[in-house]
Amino acid sequence: MYDTGKIIVGLAIFVGLVTSPIWLNKGKAAPKPSPKLDTPAIQQLEKKECVESRQFMRSTHMQLLNEWRDRALRKGERRYINKKGEKIYISLQNTCMKCHSNKKEFCDTCHNYTDIKPYCWDCHFIPEGRKTWASTEGHS
Amino acid sequence: MIEKALKGGPRYWAWISFLLLVILIGFISYLRQLSVGLGITGMSRDISWGVYIAQFTYLVGVAAGAVMLVMPKYLHGYKRYGDIIIFGEFLAIAAVTMCLLFIIADLGQPMRLMNVLLHPTPNSILFWDMIVLNGYLFINLIVGYNTLLAMRKNVPPPGWIKPFIYVSIPWAFSIHTVTAFLYCGLPGRHAWLTAIMAPRFLASAFASGPAFLLIMLMIIKRVTRWSPDPEAIQNVARTICYAMIANLFFLGLEFFTSFYSNIPGHMNPLKYLFWGLWGHNALVPWMRTSVIVGLIGVFIMLVPQLRRKEGFLILGCAAIVLGTWIDKGVGLVIGGFIPNPFEKITEYQPTLPEISITLGIWATGFLILTVLYKMVIYLKERDLAAE
Amino acid sequence: MGIDRRSFLKIVGLSALGVSSGAWEVLQPGEVDAAHGHAAAEHVEKAATRWAMVVDMRRCKDEKGCTKCIDACRLVHNIPVIDNPKREVKWIWKEEYEHAFPDSHNEYMPDELKETPFILMCNHCDHPPCVRVCPTKATFKRPDGIVAMDYHRCIGCRFCMAACPYGSRNLNWINPRPYIKEINNEFPTRMKGVVEKCNFCVERLAKGLQPACVEACHCGALLFGNLHDPESNVRRVLRSNVSIRRKPELGTHPCVFYLV
Repeated sequence: MYDTGKIIVGLAIFVGLVTSPIWLNKGKAAPKPSPKLDTPAIQQLEKKECVESRQFMRSTHMQLLNEWRDRALRKGERRYINKKGEKIYISLQNTCMKCHSNKKEFCDTCHNYTDIKPYCWDCHFIPEGRKTWASTEGHS
Repeated sequence: MIEKALKGGPRYWAWISFLLLVILIGFISYLRQLSVGLGITGMSRDISWGVYIAQFTYLVGVAAGAVMLVMPKYLHGYKRYGDIIIFGEFLAIAAVTMCLLFIIADLGQPMRLMNVLLHPTPNSILFWDMIVLNGYLFINLIVGYNTLLAMRKNVPPPGWIKPFIYVSIPWAFSIHTVTAFLYCGLPGRHAWLTAIMAPRFLASAFASGPAFLLIMLMIIKRVTRWSPDPEAIQNVARTICYAMIANLFFLGLEFFTSFYSNIPGHMNPLKYLFWGLWGHNALVPWMRTSVIVGLIGVFIMLVPQLRRKEGFLILGCAAIVLGTWIDKGVGLVIGGFIPNPFEKITEYQPTLPEISITLGIWATGFLILTVLYKMVIYLKERDLAAE
Repeated sequence: MGIDRRSFLKIVGLSALGVSSGAWEVLQPGEVDAAHGHAAAEHVEKAATRWAMVVDMRRCKDEKGCTKCIDACRLVHNIPVIDNPKREVKWIWKEEYEHAFPDSHNEYMPDELKETPFILMCNHCDHPPCVRVCPTKATFKRPDGIVAMDYHRCIGCRFCMAACPYGSRNLNWINPRPYIKEINNEFPTRMKGVVEKCNFCVERLAKGLQPACVEACHCGALLFGNLHDPESNVRRVLRSNVSIRRKPELGTHPCVFYLV
């Protein structure tokens, strides 16, 4: 085989580079996220359930939000009938965030863990700390 | 095959390093544009497209120009183009790639680019432009790559690429027609609202594309041992000449219709471009240069004694490339926005980051072109050595 | 591959035919303006509601320097105040007659009219060129005639800005948030790289309110109503007054009318 040495060195560098995130982050494992559900609005609920089942919301909330967005904005339909047949008002601000008013302890915990950056908050308001976004997010 | 592009002399590597440097600077500027927004460019509420879209428009023409070699070879059996046709196809690949990069550079939200596919919208000409441009890139990749492989084995290209070659002919016309439709179907933009926009684009493409190609071939002739068939070169020059005459003729038609009808909306953009309007005249030197060098180019290409001298031929091609570049890469897009819908004038001046992104994309195109041409040259020189 | 040249050509020919006939229908301006398929049929049957604005310049002209409508819009929609005219964002603004109506201007008109700043906004055209050119349906026509924007979908290509003959569209060249003076929590802001414009206060209409500019105008110069209702306020005014529209010759059918 020609250039055996070069190839092996090249392979080693390649493998090193590709696996570098593992080495660099070794021992710094982020704790498993635990989104908090203890907002005042949720505590007042008799039955502590979201618009759909917990399992569904965990796996599919992004699709549901996309669907809600298109329905509300593009078709003007503000009514969502969930799997139980209940009528829900479609609104990120007034339905989702009314209960989940703790974006930091709820949305962000998982999104940070999975390093996902949804751009919702580039335009929509975060329930808490509304007054401060203009100065703190100005540069982002 | 690609490894052939990794072997070259110091001049070759100096050129590659230079291109990589320009790409790097452009890329850094682009990262800044991504974080700050299109506000780092000179574009504005009134001039909402600038140098990016203008380069895109020009390069669609360069890409379409390759068909001026394909058509004589495959429709009329003109054999002399057999040797240089691959250079045209590879030029098309580099040019279309640049077009796509310029579109991406121009988007306010490039991350959402795929929305064009997720929500296909056939009533938007941009949707069709996306289809024809990507299709043209695909066709030229298939044809160019298989031609190259066949060259390597010294066999004729496989028969199954023939349909692609024939499709590429109307397809080349389509890319520039559809690009013209982006402009000429908009109400209220008088400079663009002309039925001969597509013919103008095609004429300019069939002049600028082959002229660009001839310059490349002349450079190749000087830096490698291979040289193209002089008679083929002369024939391309004739094509360029006719196309450029048509291009200037069409420009004259625009002047006639606008000024004889005396409709202010149609006269104003031309006045702005060539004489200045209401005290604004930033593009006047450019546009006048464009016409003058265009005429010089036509003159050189028209007179056989001049055209046959290599120095003059290069000069003529350069004049035509420059003339058509100013016409489409500067005047056409900006002229369409002046005056604005309120009959006011905002002028446009690209900023430094905007220019460096533009140069970065051009350098990317040249890098692609260099690598592709390098492979072809390797095979051409190999064949020369074998003889 | 089990496909010979003949069957290949058949498929190509048939699909070309299909594409071209489909394209023909689709390229008819106005027919596919709406966001969803059934809207075209509604269009023919005439929707129950067609929102329109009447700007009575006879009432507006005496209120020199009044910016109540503009301020109300800015507050309600979190519109940034950017001093640089190249970067500015405006949904409703003032422009002199000769610039608002450049094709019907003449020098012998009353000075009063020449000097009066007209109130301009998106015309919410019946045949909006911006909707026709948008490659993602980010801007679309609602059945009630409003030309709406979906900021989530806009890719910032600015084809709509080139297509709009009224200069009604704005790109967010930079992040608008630092330039918003007063914040309205009820309405989102926009982000950099998307296009925005007047939305006829679609969010207020949904609540049964009048557009913010109409509500703010104390001299009654702005009238908003249903063009498809013969007894509506706008129809009554348009019946008894001569009205003009901006650039009607372009066939866009603007739905903002001016009384002069």
